[in-house]
Amino acid sequence: MSDLRELYQQLILDHSKKPRNFRKLDGANRTAEGHNPLCGDDITLYLQVEDDVIRGIGFQGSGCAISRASASMMTDSVKGKTEAEAQRLFERFHSLVTGEGDEAGDPVDLGKLAVFSGVKEFPVRVKCATLSWHTLRAALEGKGEGVSTE
Amino acid sequence: MITGGRTATAKVRGDRSVGFDVERIRQDFPILGEKVRGKPLVYLDNAATSQKPQVVIDTVHRFLSTYNSNVHRGVHQLSERATEAYEQARQKVQRFINAAESREIIFVRGTTEAINLVAQSYGRERIRAGDEIVISGMEHHSNIVPWQILCEQTGAVLRVVPINDDGELLLDEYVTLLTPRTRLVSVAHVSNALGTINPVREIVRLARRQGVPVLVDGAQAVPHLKVDVRDLDCDFYAFSGHKVFGPTGIGVLYGQARLLEGMPPYQGGGDMIKSVTFEKTVYNDLPYKFEAGTPHIGGVIGLGAAADYLEGVGLDRVAAYEHELLGYATEALSAIPAVRIIGTAKEKASVLSFVVDGVHAHDIGTVLDHEGIAIRAGHHCAMPVMQRFGVPATARASLAFYNTREEIDAFVRGIHKVIEMFV
Repeated sequence: MSDLRELYQQLILDHSKKPRNFRKLDGANRTAEGHNPLCGDDITLYLQVEDDVIRGIGFQGSGCAISRASASMMTDSVKGKTEAEAQRLFERFHSLVTGEGDEAGDPVDLGKLAVFSGVKEFPVRVKCATLSWHTLRAALEGKGEGVSTE
Repeated sequence: MITGGRTATAKVRGDRSVGFDVERIRQDFPILGEKVRGKPLVYLDNAATSQKPQVVIDTVHRFLSTYNSNVHRGVHQLSERATEAYEQARQKVQRFINAAESREIIFVRGTTEAINLVAQSYGRERIRAGDEIVISGMEHHSNIVPWQILCEQTGAVLRVVPINDDGELLLDEYVTLLTPRTRLVSVAHVSNALGTINPVREIVRLARRQGVPVLVDGAQAVPHLKVDVRDLDCDFYAFSGHKVFGPTGIGVLYGQARLLEGMPPYQGGGDMIKSVTFEKTVYNDLPYKFEAGTPHIGGVIGLGAAADYLEGVGLDRVAAYEHELLGYATEALSAIPAVRIIGTAKEKASVLSFVVDGVHAHDIGTVLDHEGIAIRAGHHCAMPVMQRFGVPATARASLAFYNTREEIDAFVRGIHKVIEMFV
């Protein structure tokens, strides 16, 4: 069970059971939908971006524990950040969950998102962990019609 | 067995009622001795693909290492041997499903290709705009999409027989969907997502009254039930080798000769012709007309070995044993309050599709994997079934005759771990 606990860390289980920012955001000016056809995971992301800064964020949808927790923690992490900072955080997060890239010396601080490091041992779950991030990128880049991780 | 094997049967629970020595069967499958993540493999993903008995592995190995060559064309001895083994396998498959003639057995890549063959050959020749094709609400994508493609090509219309909350086909609705416009019925024998055994003989009888041919997708039936295509009276029957303990990449389309004779080729190439000039090509006779190109020779020979193996074990005994095991598993799973079984038809084979309150199927799959237990999580290539039951995905345990009650117990313990972790 040891690396299973690495994957399903307490913080991840907590966020999956009680996701933060789990709501439709009134006044959102960017939205995007994400879909993982293999799992049937769906997410709709709502952003309120003002002067290049993510002022408000919310999400709805269904998915596995990893994708729900990742969406929940992503929304917490990018709130108040600029678009460029959010994009850089995604790149850093992506390196973390795929096990690619040099983690030492990277100036971007993942903070609590580091709990997803166990995902790299489960290649099929990388898509679960990154679905909400891909959807965030689509929303920021104005590709609101939907992304798919397949 | 009943008297002499008392000690053994007491130890190996599950075989008492049907006199089935599952431990001996398990010796035939080398992979069942493997460990996964340090735990003995509990393989409950048989609806995705089945494991291979040693005799199938050896047969394919022997072909590749001692008489590999092409079929139907060589003048040399190896080619003669390969051709003989290839055609013997066709006869084995013919006997296995009780087809009238071996030329009614067409080797294809799998069930998917078999259905596409009928759609594109029979369908494009016979089906016109406004005609109707009837399928059911529990079909695998491979028995939906080929017909949608055909409908796009011809202007025909797809009609879908609905299913009830237990996952049973509504025969009354089926009858009303059979109209003078119906040109073909295509249904699963056993549902891959629900396990429902459809009343195929009755489905065929009702279609026959109106002269409508029926294709049966037997991918999930052949590993679990004795299939007799003449008893079913179906026009076409499709199945895959790899789900019936044979190799991947090989499958069978059975078709009644009178229909196959009238159908145009599906693909053109070598082996499917009698003569070729630039002015005119004469197609070969059945079954070769539908077997363009060098076939999967090793796969065919391996499938023949799998058919022999299953006949040796006896599919009636397989069905009886699995029926009891499925009952045991259903009871154990139903006893867990958080679990809801999807697919509760009276007639079922092999499949236990389920959801756990508050837990996504993929998380169930990952936790069970850590116990060495292989199941499938997802939509099982049957998204309309998921929509019908209002779930994004299910977890699915699917049994074969080499599974045991002890494995079911391990699986149920695993589900308790899932609930402990996520709920």
